[in-house]
Amino acid sequence: MEKQHNWPLWEVFIRSKQGLDHKHVGSLHAADATMAIENARDVYTRRMEGISIWVVESKYIHASNPDEAASFYDPANDKVYRHPTFYDLPDELKHM
Amino acid sequence: MNAQHLIDFSLHLADNTLVLGHRNSEWTGHGPILEQDIALSNIALDLIGQARYLYQYAARLMNADGGNKQEVLEDMLAYLRDSWDFRNCLLVEQANGDWGKTILRQFFFSAYQYYFYQELESSRDPELAAIAEKSLKEVSYHLRWSSEWVIRLGDGTEESHARMERSLDDLWMYTGELFLPADYEQALLPVDIAVNLTTIRPLWEERVRQILSQATLTPPGAVMQKGGKQGRHTEQLGYLLAEMQFLQRAYPACEW
Amino acid sequence: MTSDNEKNFQDKVDQDIRIEPRDWMPEAYRKTLIRQISQHAHSEIVGMLPEANWITRAPSLRRKATLIAKVQDEAGHGLYLYSAAETLGISRDEMIAQLHSGKAKYSSIFNYPTLTWADMGAIGWLVDGAAIMNQVPLCRASYGPYARAMVRICKEESFHQRQGFEILLVLSKGSTGQRRMCQDAIDRWWWPSVMMFGPNDDASPNTAQSMQWKIKRFTNDELRQRFIDVCAEQVKLLGMTLPDPDLRWNEERQHYDFGPINWDEFWNVVNGNGPCNKQRLAARVQAHEDGAWVREAAIAHAEKKIQYGKTA
Repeated sequence: MEKQHNWPLWEVFIRSKQGLDHKHVGSLHAADATMAIENARDVYTRRMEGISIWVVESKYIHASNPDEAASFYDPANDKVYRHPTFYDLPDELKHM
Repeated sequence: MNAQHLIDFSLHLADNTLVLGHRNSEWTGHGPILEQDIALSNIALDLIGQARYLYQYAARLMNADGGNKQEVLEDMLAYLRDSWDFRNCLLVEQANGDWGKTILRQFFFSAYQYYFYQELESSRDPELAAIAEKSLKEVSYHLRWSSEWVIRLGDGTEESHARMERSLDDLWMYTGELFLPADYEQALLPVDIAVNLTTIRPLWEERVRQILSQATLTPPGAVMQKGGKQGRHTEQLGYLLAEMQFLQRAYPACEW
Repeated sequence: MTSDNEKNFQDKVDQDIRIEPRDWMPEAYRKTLIRQISQHAHSEIVGMLPEANWITRAPSLRRKATLIAKVQDEAGHGLYLYSAAETLGISRDEMIAQLHSGKAKYSSIFNYPTLTWADMGAIGWLVDGAAIMNQVPLCRASYGPYARAMVRICKEESFHQRQGFEILLVLSKGSTGQRRMCQDAIDRWWWPSVMMFGPNDDASPNTAQSMQWKIKRFTNDELRQRFIDVCAEQVKLLGMTLPDPDLRWNEERQHYDFGPINWDEFWNVVNGNGPCNKQRLAARVQAHEDGAWVREAAIAHAEKKIQYGKTA
């Protein structure tokens, strides 16, 4: 009998290297806190170093009105293929 | 030592990471849960990244030999050598099996890479030392991630424990080869380029003992298999290369 | 007769003030969003499969790495979207169950097979191109978590499309076999991509409501026309053609005229009779079932850890 529903939902907060606060970036499922942090690192930071990650089980969050979290995008430095400028495309190519 | 030894050593390291990266990438889209699909493909990407640095280095060494030979490129090394020229250890070419077998294979290899790269950081060859230093951060993560999975599955449910025991039975016999130096490794020891495998073996054994114990798993006795470092592989590698190399073989000398 | 709640809600939407998870919202809005977001999430996940097909056969190390990264991004996108949907009161398990039972839909483009390496290029250029055209406007969707997920997705998506186009560009300058591969992939993926924008506006009854709620910002036909206009120019740089003999610039309209869409094919594929519908779903169901013991073990272990902690 599968207890899939027991993989709790965790909310993820990230403080980037240059950042001052942790920002909410989304959620994920994990079986325990260790896994949640590793998953957050894999999914929400693409494993950039020097980043602080907080995970909290969603059920422990109490909210009035959530803040508008700024979007988060911090490319890992050596994974250049994630950057749009990596591709060698002709100048005449528009809309890309 | 001669130039060929260094080339062979670099190819051995590159082949290890390419073959394992390739195996891990086979899971993409089929993992047990989305988050883990991403985690394992991240590991595959890291390994392929390491492979590329190492192949590029091997290619530079081969090109530096001089003469009017055709320039060697990283893709030629990956896509145009047959299995008897591949020098990866047998462990990494083993089929994925279930998730447990995949993470167990990763654990054995990452523990080896962890201690291996720590030593390689002080290699007299600056290029290899740099690659080792760069890769160590990634490998530390691979080791932690895979260790946790070994424990989780070894000490999870009865079914997961049984599956891990079977995987342990399948893979243990390939771990010995990790510490059996090839002739090119031995030739590079006196000049402090290669890693002394007898130094890192007890570290690996202790780490493995700790994790397997927490996972409530016991390694079987086994006669260790070998030959990968010398190009004598299991039946697995031929199929892997046939798939991986198909396009380059079917459409020779093309840009992609 | 609108209640105060409905009025306040619509006012916020009209003023581009985001609706957040704990805000009051019409039940129909919630239901529509759940369906739209979860379908989008399913599309990302199922969409991994046709491309993952070619990872082990990628013809260079660079292509291998970038293809893995792209497919992995799609997993991440699915995850962001499932997260956004979960804020509306549905669990990931329920959504997965809906997908596997066939109750939930996903973008039918992914029910087509990837037959050659050039398909990787065509998918990046055309399929991701169409997706981007759909997604960029959604960055201003009225529902906060959805809009934020879309912003993150759009930033990652641009490399996908460029990667695809570059693949085709290299092929288009290659050997006879490669050029043939390039044109063949375009021939197979063009019309399904055009169909990605859905039925014509006059056959889309939900569009008006979705636009009022700002969970849809442009109509199907508007987006489709834009897509065709852009691609008709881009294809020239490949020296290739789009498989539409009726495609021609209309100076008066300032748009490209294009040929008739095969709506029979569209509905066939949507209804489960496309080339790969069964395989795609079977693959997802298989992965889920094969992974059950892993998920159970992880929970069992997490519970044990708590017990060990207690007796330590």
